[in-house]
Amino acid sequence: MTLDQLKIGRAATVTKIFSTNAERRRLLDLGILPGTRIENVMPSPLGDPVAYRIRSAVVALRREQARLIEIEE
Amino acid sequence: MQAAETMTAKECGGCTTGCNSAHLTKLGINADKFDFVIALAGNPNTGKSTIFNQLTGLRQHVGNWAGKTVARAEGAFDFNDKKYKLVDLPGTYSLLSTSVDEEIARDFVLFAKPDVTIIVADATRLERNLHLVLQILEITDHAVLALNLIDEARRNNLTIDERALSRALGIPVVPLAARRNEGIAELLTAVESVANGGFPTRPRRIKYTDAALESAVDNLSRQLNETFEDVPNARWVALRLIEGDESIIKAVREKTLGTLRISKQFDFPQRLAQLEAR
Repeated sequence: MTLDQLKIGRAATVTKIFSTNAERRRLLDLGILPGTRIENVMPSPLGDPVAYRIRSAVVALRREQARLIEIEE
Repeated sequence: MQAAETMTAKECGGCTTGCNSAHLTKLGINADKFDFVIALAGNPNTGKSTIFNQLTGLRQHVGNWAGKTVARAEGAFDFNDKKYKLVDLPGTYSLLSTSVDEEIARDFVLFAKPDVTIIVADATRLERNLHLVLQILEITDHAVLALNLIDEARRNNLTIDERALSRALGIPVVPLAARRNEGIAELLTAVESVANGGFPTRPRRIKYTDAALESAVDNLSRQLNETFEDVPNARWVALRLIEGDESIIKAVREKTLGTLRISKQFDFPQRLAQLEAR
């Protein structure tokens, strides 16, 4: 499954990142790489973006970004 | 010496007048004729500007939002009879140019070659901050790690073995709580010892085991050194070329790589205008 399908309050492990170039670089810089634990903390009022906890920091990702991150619960 | 400095910091801990150590004089924006140039780098929201204000006595820019320090913030202070120019860089997660902020920070550390780069990290989110620490250590030998927000880390029952961290990274590591003025004197002592060579830094660098990559890097570095006079860190530039970093490729193609190296006279507004014009 992909990160956009992760339910609120649930955590999972990143298995693969499909984004490319600057977008991929950005995710890696934020500490999102295969093996990283990631938790859905809460959605924004409109449901997109969603706040995720990554290495004890909270990061907001848009749905289109989350869709390119494969996870395993 | 070390003990004496620590004493000073303790005695002076509650001081809010004009100094935060017996040897520190805040010089505001008066940054002429300095002995050393110090850069403040780090992730966004780690307290770079708080440290900047504590050291220079300036209160020009404080605020908790991303991109506050976009281009220029320079100040000065005097410590143990040496004059330091302090440059507050924009907060970034990376030096690999995905934004103008990152390019400004990277260009300064790489091309203007500050005498010491203070890397400010959030002690409560250390793992995430170490990524940038390692990137900065790839391009400079002279750095100090400031573990800021250590008061908040303590409140969260986090303890950090700063001596082990210092050994692992090969640079001084100083815990501090800049907003309470705690650790500022120790930070200054560490900066001074890196600036004057008293602390021989041995920055941790990534070693690549791939022979083909290493030989490609060597080959490119040699060509870079032949083409450009005095490239600050040819190996780093070579790695970026192999990686396909567009801004570096462009600088090499247009032979503007050397012009970025304006040494100690780095002109932020000019560089920002250059980047925005692209």
